[in-house]
Amino acid sequence: MAEKFHTIVTTVENKPGVLARVAGLFSRRGFNIESLAVAPTDDERFSRITFTVDVETAPLEQVVKQLNKLINVVDITELDPDEAVSRELMLITVSADSAHRKELMELVDDWRAYVLNENSEQIMLSFSARPDRLAEFEEKLRPFGIAEIQRTGRVALKSLAD
Amino acid sequence: MSEQRDNQQMSGGEALVKSLEHEGVESIFGYPGGAILPVYDPIIDSSIRHILVRHEQGAGHMAEGYAHATGEPGVAMVTSGPGATNIVTPLADAMLDSVPMVCITGQVPVPAIGTDAFQECDTTGITMAVTKHNFLVTEAQDIPRVIHEAFHIATTGRPGPVLVDIPKDIVDPTNPRSDMNWYAATDADMELPGYSPQMEGDRELIRQAAELIRDAERPVLYVGGGILKARAAEALRELAEMVQIPVVTTLMARGAFPDSHELCLGMPGMHGNYTAVTAMQESDLLISLGARFDDRVTGKLDGFAPTAKIIHVDIDPAELGKVRQFNVGIQGDCRLVIEGINHAMRELGGADAQVDRSAWRSTVSGWQENFPLTYEQSAPGDKLKPQYVIEELRDGNPADTIVASGVGQHQMYASQWWQFDHPYTWINSGGLGTMGFSIPAAIGAKAGRPDSRVWAVDGDGCFQMTAQELVTASVENIPIKVALLNNSYLGMVRQWQEMFYEERYSEVYLQERVPDYVKWAESMGCAAIRVEAPEEVAPAIEKANEINDRPVVVEFVTDAGENVFPMVPAGKSNSDVVVDPTQAHLLEGES
Repeated sequence: MAEKFHTIVTTVENKPGVLARVAGLFSRRGFNIESLAVAPTDDERFSRITFTVDVETAPLEQVVKQLNKLINVVDITELDPDEAVSRELMLITVSADSAHRKELMELVDDWRAYVLNENSEQIMLSFSARPDRLAEFEEKLRPFGIAEIQRTGRVALKSLAD
Repeated sequence: MSEQRDNQQMSGGEALVKSLEHEGVESIFGYPGGAILPVYDPIIDSSIRHILVRHEQGAGHMAEGYAHATGEPGVAMVTSGPGATNIVTPLADAMLDSVPMVCITGQVPVPAIGTDAFQECDTTGITMAVTKHNFLVTEAQDIPRVIHEAFHIATTGRPGPVLVDIPKDIVDPTNPRSDMNWYAATDADMELPGYSPQMEGDRELIRQAAELIRDAERPVLYVGGGILKARAAEALRELAEMVQIPVVTTLMARGAFPDSHELCLGMPGMHGNYTAVTAMQESDLLISLGARFDDRVTGKLDGFAPTAKIIHVDIDPAELGKVRQFNVGIQGDCRLVIEGINHAMRELGGADAQVDRSAWRSTVSGWQENFPLTYEQSAPGDKLKPQYVIEELRDGNPADTIVASGVGQHQMYASQWWQFDHPYTWINSGGLGTMGFSIPAAIGAKAGRPDSRVWAVDGDGCFQMTAQELVTASVENIPIKVALLNNSYLGMVRQWQEMFYEERYSEVYLQERVPDYVKWAESMGCAAIRVEAPEEVAPAIEKANEINDRPVVVEFVTDAGENVFPMVPAGKSNSDVVVDPTQAHLLEGES
């Protein structure tokens, strides 16, 4: 899988304003954060922020060093895509009239998505997978008519050693 | 754990002042206002001296000047909204020059935050990028801990400004939200899991650095402001003398190594002297200690010191490799690392094991002989040369005089022509280049070092930005002396327009007789002297030095056509240094 993005994982203090400090180091350089996921860790004093950025390696190294200087940042790692497992969750509402419903449900089964909610016109699906697979699934669903879509941003952990 | 302590019930406002006392604060530079009012009441009964400034920017630069001169953190206190926005420039200044400083700002009451209340602004949001760290305190009980953390962060690792934003309700004794139990916070109370600066340098890297130094044929010690922050001047001198390697002191490090020392080459960079610039350029090993390869030092980066290996020592790991790739990069406190290098050098055989560097020494002294700093003396009847004024100031004052400078030509003349033989005697705005810095910084320095003589060297552009603080100096009895080099121009901008914009002068002329600086200074309670002829310079300085019951302003009317040389034009390589016109012919033999 060719990865265009760098994945940075930081452990930060679970306090107000920390996300703004982290984001500020990217925005001051004009770098865009491609995806972002934040939630508390098993220790509620800390949160884990996983973000992906589309940045050259050299300036990224400098940003990572600057991030490390933030008082509220406890730990920071860049995950090598070859040594990490990453997942992203997508909620997607698709048109599902009676003419196409069966075909759609076959696709849902094939891709191991879940139906969360439905009525006579639409179905809301949950799909969790490798981030590149989310885009593929989205393309499969597009012909049915996508009403609304929300992705969570990727989360990642280092792969286990052999 | 605070239950077991000798807790004292009080309001958050009293607690804040008590915590500042507990941190050893002796002086606060500040300006009251609505949101900070409850903190100003307990100030009346405090042992801390409060110095009432005339503009919040003045409070910030005074705190910086105090910190530069004493090594202790400077403290400023201002109100919310405009009070806070007015101190943003000094915070940015302290951030770029790594000045330890704690700034307390008032804030609107917690329930009003985010409602566009009167004198409200998002202070922590605004100052996030110009502070080492900032805090918004929302509970009175957190005040002792946060104040201790603020001082800890400001003074350890790479020093810097820390801001503490205090909403009014948690300090107002009429509000139950301000009730709290004060305690004497210690390091054990801090909650800073992400902050632990590494002080010790890696031993193996230190040994590698020592070996590089031993084997270098054309080494230069490139020392920056970090030497002063780390109190490393003595360790540096021991190193330089042991290995007999020449030293360049950056604008932030003037005085960290004595100018009068035979190994001192003076200031490098855009307006550095020829020898300092060229020795770095021709060097085979730059030993960078607490310096950051600023663009004003390196010139065009890909032409900078092309044959030099780099040893880079810095407390801040983000500096290592930021600008120039290093051969040995050591994270750690400059003093500890230099002491480590000294130890390693002795183990490697000390001075005797060094490579023979006599050829390098004679090359360097050849440059010193051919390209000393120089200027042409003024013809009879012409205006004063600014360099001459600085030379007379230098000769008319003791070597431990503290000099605080503004930003521009006068700053460069002061750095070039003063002889700095003691650390902590040179105070200026290097990184941010803040015009108007000198007068408030000199006041802060004098407040912290009342027994030292303090001269502000200022330009007329700078003077007009912060002169009102001379009222503060008069009223608070802080008798600084100001050498105002008045050339009626924004001199450095004028020089750039002359050299790089075909002498098209745009918005740099400030008018010759307006304002009348003597009347202005006198109206602010200062003694004032105007000097126009060379023979009046020394007597005026002598007279100024005799006046100690109030501030003194000496206005020197100087030659507007004078330019600062040498100069490496912006974007050019340091090999293209432009020397004084009288030395230009000598360069032909060099290249």
